[in-house]
Amino acid sequence: MHPILADPRKLALYLAAWIPLVLLLAGVLASTGDFTWIQAGELMVPLGGIYAFVCLSAWYLCRFLPLRTSAIFYLLVTVNAAAGVSSLIWAGAIGWAMASGLGLEPQYLRERPILFGAGFLLFDLAAAFHYALMAFETSRQAQARAMQASILAREAELRALKAQIDPHFLFNSLNSISALTASDPAKAREMCVLLSDFLRSSLKMGDRERIPLGEELALARSFLAIQHIRFGSRLEVEEEVAEGAAGCLVPPLLLQPLVENAVTHGVATRVEGSSIRIAISRAGERVAIRVENTFDKDARRGRGGVGLANVRKRLEVCYGDAASMEVREIGDRFRVDVRFPAEATGVAAQRRPEEEETK
Amino acid sequence: MNVIRAVIVDDEELARQVVHEMLLPHPEVEVVAECANGFEAVKAVAELNPDLLFLDVQMPKLDGFEVLELIGPDVAVVFLTAYDQYALRAFEVHAVDYLLKPFDAVRFDAALERAKERLGTKMPPPSELAAAARAPSQYLERIVVRDGPKVDIIPCERLDYAEAQDDYVLLRSQGKNYLKQETISNLETSLDPARFVRIHRSYIVNLERIAKIEPYTKDSRVAVLGDGTKLPVSRSGYARLKELLGEG
Repeated sequence: MHPILADPRKLALYLAAWIPLVLLLAGVLASTGDFTWIQAGELMVPLGGIYAFVCLSAWYLCRFLPLRTSAIFYLLVTVNAAAGVSSLIWAGAIGWAMASGLGLEPQYLRERPILFGAGFLLFDLAAAFHYALMAFETSRQAQARAMQASILAREAELRALKAQIDPHFLFNSLNSISALTASDPAKAREMCVLLSDFLRSSLKMGDRERIPLGEELALARSFLAIQHIRFGSRLEVEEEVAEGAAGCLVPPLLLQPLVENAVTHGVATRVEGSSIRIAISRAGERVAIRVENTFDKDARRGRGGVGLANVRKRLEVCYGDAASMEVREIGDRFRVDVRFPAEATGVAAQRRPEEEETK
Repeated sequence: MNVIRAVIVDDEELARQVVHEMLLPHPEVEVVAECANGFEAVKAVAELNPDLLFLDVQMPKLDGFEVLELIGPDVAVVFLTAYDQYALRAFEVHAVDYLLKPFDAVRFDAALERAKERLGTKMPPPSELAAAARAPSQYLERIVVRDGPKVDIIPCERLDYAEAQDDYVLLRSQGKNYLKQETISNLETSLDPARFVRIHRSYIVNLERIAKIEPYTKDSRVAVLGDGTKLPVSRSGYARLKELLGEG
């Protein structure tokens, strides 16, 4: 659809811009002495009005011949030919017919070349105007697209974050705090602090590209400390972190979902509780993370899988084929192995979290 | 004053503790048992015959809905849950009392009050409630059956077929029969239609168990299972089978 014809406000503006042009043409005709001002006006107002609409057709030409991709010579020839034809029809035929109607035929024929020239020029101007308009529209659309893309990215980030903080975990933890306020206020406060620490660091991690594995481990530890208060002796945790592994850079929220998965499918499904083992090792240029838990084979899968799928996706995006993830069930043990290239522990890795905040 | 005998079921000790605490100002309610999982709950209900159950939805082994299926609709239940949009919808639809964790004394008292009014009335049919609480397009993964104090869990992939017997269904799995109080139509809607077919008014069969279909009379056929069992196939049942097996 034509951008000007489609919008009444734009059309009104466009026609308003034609008023001085029409007056100018009428003035030119009057100044030749062949027409009085009134006659020139009577002729030019309707004739100019018609040409204003004729010039809108330049848009179709412009769209057919985009500036960027068309050969400049071909473009010039076509546009000028169109200008010639429309001007010829306008000044030669329509104007003549109207002048005859007004009884101004002889004068008109004398001044027709002026009108023809003006029509030619105006059509060319209209083409230039439409090209400018199209360029403007394109850049505005590109801007809107970029904006939308950034909104979408932001939404995806929020969604990921929401998926990250399991509402079950959150509300059950709050319920534990509620229980402790009566029986053990000090413990209730401790749990409040643990939960706040956990939420704060998860929120902060979302917008960083890489974090030291040590920070990720700290997040998992605060998560497990909360779960330990909830499940008591039913939850046992074993940890084995190789020296030098904590400084390696990893995409954020890589380890935490694995640990969370181990809890929801381990201890939460087993009456007798479950033990979780986290082992992080480094062999040369590769880091290996293993999270293992005992689980109930008969338990329904339920909410599972989303966390693991997220980790897999993140690994794929960050490392491509260089990373691997393996999920295995060995008897009553559920094991996830993640391997990825060790990234140089640069300045970022040594920067302490406190400094990160003041940045 | 009539004493209301209550059982608290939750796998987290702290969660049971809250309910206990909230019951302190209500001397008319006596907590006769605390259970940390569904099995214990089923056993406690069978042995102690309580009036009221505070029942957590998410628990190991048996979840709250499965417990309800096993204990039947005669005990008043107040469900406890942290977050489960489908369960909440089911509670609303069936007007079942529930408490969202964490809760305060005001909400707890209100729920208790409603539960008291309902003492003696029946709960909605447990299997219907459980079906309503499943996420859309999620099917039953296992069936729980109670035989006296014993609870059996039948994973759906191990179910051979189900046969209607009055108000019960007979479930055949790994050479054993189980009886469950449920209508066959209700069971049919809970099972994955891609794996289980209603081949007859009285029979649902696990597709994987069918070895062959043989003609029986002019209008009917029999399905022969891998272990030689023969089940009648009605005309409409045969049409369903054919559709599922893609003209097999």
